[in-house]
Amino acid sequence: MSQKNWGHLMPSKKAFNLKKASLSLKLGAIIGILFLHIPLFLIILYAFTTEDKSYQFPPPGYTLKWFSIVLGREDIWSAVYLSIHVALVSTFAAIILGTLAAAALYKADFFGKQSITLLIILPIALPGIITGISLRSAYGVVGIPFSTWTIIISHATFCMVVVYNNVVARLRRTSPNIIQASMDLGANNFQTFFYIILPNLGTAILAGGMLAFALSFDEVIVTTFTAGQQTTLPIWMLSELIRPRQRPITNVVAVFIICITFIPILYASYVTRNTTDIEGSSK
Amino acid sequence: MSNFSNYLFKNKHLLLLFFLLPPLLWLSIIYLGSLLVFLFHSFFYLDGFTGKIVYKISLNTIIELFSSAANIDILIRTTILAAFVSIGAAIIGFPIAYYMAKFTSPKMKIFFYLAIMLPLWSSYLVRVYSWKLILAKEGILNWFFSKLHATWILDFILSMPVIGGPSLSISYLGMFLVFTYIWLPFMILPIHASLERVPNSLINASYDLGASKRQTFYKVILPLALPGIAAGSIFTFSLTLGDYIIPYIIGTSKFFIGQAVYTHQGVAGNIPLAAAFSLVPIAIMTIYIYVAKKLGAFNAL
Repeated sequence: MSQKNWGHLMPSKKAFNLKKASLSLKLGAIIGILFLHIPLFLIILYAFTTEDKSYQFPPPGYTLKWFSIVLGREDIWSAVYLSIHVALVSTFAAIILGTLAAAALYKADFFGKQSITLLIILPIALPGIITGISLRSAYGVVGIPFSTWTIIISHATFCMVVVYNNVVARLRRTSPNIIQASMDLGANNFQTFFYIILPNLGTAILAGGMLAFALSFDEVIVTTFTAGQQTTLPIWMLSELIRPRQRPITNVVAVFIICITFIPILYASYVTRNTTDIEGSSK
Repeated sequence: MSNFSNYLFKNKHLLLLFFLLPPLLWLSIIYLGSLLVFLFHSFFYLDGFTGKIVYKISLNTIIELFSSAANIDILIRTTILAAFVSIGAAIIGFPIAYYMAKFTSPKMKIFFYLAIMLPLWSSYLVRVYSWKLILAKEGILNWFFSKLHATWILDFILSMPVIGGPSLSISYLGMFLVFTYIWLPFMILPIHASLERVPNSLINASYDLGASKRQTFYKVILPLALPGIAAGSIFTFSLTLGDYIIPYIIGTSKFFIGQAVYTHQGVAGNIPLAAAFSLVPIAIMTIYIYVAKKLGAFNAL
């Protein structure tokens, strides 16, 4: 048998090279990433355009004046305040409820555990419109008038799962031995909780809370059904999307929304940079 | 206080209950309660004369849903779009996931990870809005084609039946693009997770045994990525089925499931029919998830 036929049993020359992707794969990946990001860059570009009647590209000129106009807009500011208010309070509720659920479920195994896990995920897994209408008609049946609180209750319901996912992932990787060790060294339960468990969970809770904030801050569907006459920033944005009346203002608000959601997301991935806590599939 | 905490610690079940009770009560009363009450409305029906809901259990509404050709059209149209969006997202997402899983240095990996997480978590509305800028007649896409002197390509695509329309921002093609863009990160992450678990030695073994690059890809890598694609498609499929904002802003005047639900509960006040419409995506997704589970999709999450 000639040597050629044995070639495939030799240590392969074509061995899978981690450094070298084929050109088409590289191109595919680059095009994909560009596809994900060019639209966001465009919005930033449009915030500076002098054109205010259409979405003309390339912009005929550049100006900063829309930013100063937005700064003076009372209606936008009150929408921003409402959105931040709602996001802060519902994140707070989601942190408490999500952490408790994670603490109960991460290790225990009991009848019905699967159903409870499903129940936690369901508000985000089902289409927002179903969650929204359900809550809306429930408020109607019980006779709760729409207020900031009806939005907050709705948001906390679907933000819980984000905190839950982050904390559960952290708890699974935390050794139970350190709790035992703390107890053996004479700490009582409260000391163990505050000095050992909480610092361990800290960044996971923080990251979960950040993502919950970002999620609540730009949620629009459930909000549409549970806000009554109130205008959060996404609801303002949606009305402009349906009937564009103030294009340049909308562009600037969009940039503002990008900034205010990017900060918590970047921070969340920064505090958990050495772990794999933030699972995208959790959204 | 310390006694209480010791008591809790020793009674594991009590501690569990103490933790579990607040979130469980919240979810079952506020969420599950309202959800079931709403969905149960599909067994009631709207009185044709008074326009009021009749609270008697019957299949009238369900029969109404499936006996109207227009409603069936809505269901089929939405399902087909969801399928196309899932396929489109898989095709665009795969190279990113593959490159990220197998060819990046740790530092580049963080960059890719952030590049996918940022759009995933950033505002849904802003991202939809950005496509209004792109697809507009005076927008960047038309400008790009005219600079290439290729406007005729765009006109040709728009003149095609079904996918075309008067302009990109009022066509199924535009909707497909926007949906694919919005849900793409949900497809990339599970594919990446499944590919990352494929050991390099396995790929090397395939080469060593004489398979070509092409064969290795189709016979080794792609089958192992399938659970990830299935998992990703759960997200893209279900999210497309339930969305009503993108068809409203980008789409044609033809309805999709989400819009049907929205209109029937709102203007028409026909909550029973809205509930019946809502049951369809839930039913489709239950079957879909069951099948995906059999394909091993949940190991890729």
